[in-house]
Amino acid sequence: MVTSITSLGRSGLSDWLLQRVSACIMTLYVLFIVGYLMLNPGLQFADWQALHGSLPMRMFSLMTVLSLAAHSWIGMWCVFTDYVTVRLIGPKATAVRIFFQLMMIAVTLLYTIWAIDILWGI
Amino acid sequence: MDKKRPMNLDLGTIKLPITSYVSILHRVSGVANFFAVAIFLWILDTSLASEQGFAEINTLFDNFFAQMIIWACLSALAYHMVMGTRHLVMDAGYGETFESGRLTATIAAVVAAVLIGLIGGWIFIW
Repeated sequence: MVTSITSLGRSGLSDWLLQRVSACIMTLYVLFIVGYLMLNPGLQFADWQALHGSLPMRMFSLMTVLSLAAHSWIGMWCVFTDYVTVRLIGPKATAVRIFFQLMMIAVTLLYTIWAIDILWGI
Repeated sequence: MDKKRPMNLDLGTIKLPITSYVSILHRVSGVANFFAVAIFLWILDTSLASEQGFAEINTLFDNFFAQMIIWACLSALAYHMVMGTRHLVMDAGYGETFESGRLTATIAAVVAAVLIGLIGGWIFIW
């Protein structure tokens, strides 16, 4: 069955590495945000805006969003190609899977654009 | 292909080890995270848009229903991160045998449960 055409890197090894690099970036981001919120319990709007408006933070956020796009593409591809299969749901599986994957890609792109819009609109 | 060939792996009739449950939940939490991103982005957008939006999000966090949703989203994220870290440990060559795999799965499940409890405390109490 040809499933690699819809994978992100068209290669298992490339996807494998990208999944791990993106995971590390996102984990650092989550830990940073959680740490920041815990250290600033009475957070004010001005500080929150100043944090996200700064260039280093914008770059960190953008890296996280791009990581998210790659990570969810690869992860959802794994889920779809494992469960939306001819064996499990019948002969229309490939069409259904392509539909789901295109929706997933569209949502991922929308997330990315939305995030860029938020970050550069501050 | 012979459609009547015997199927040996009927997962519904097999007693699965903890590693399987931990792995299935890793996938489920990943899919949940994919949808939770919309909520996180909406919170980020609103809280950064204006002083009023920031106040709106603050008020929202006092609402029990909203707190439950945030707790669910953060729990899925925490679980996924813990299980992902377990994968990175295995990638480094540790915990790759049946026995150690079961052990790290149990440890990771306990760590995830504790984190989910702490997040609940952070949201509902603190």
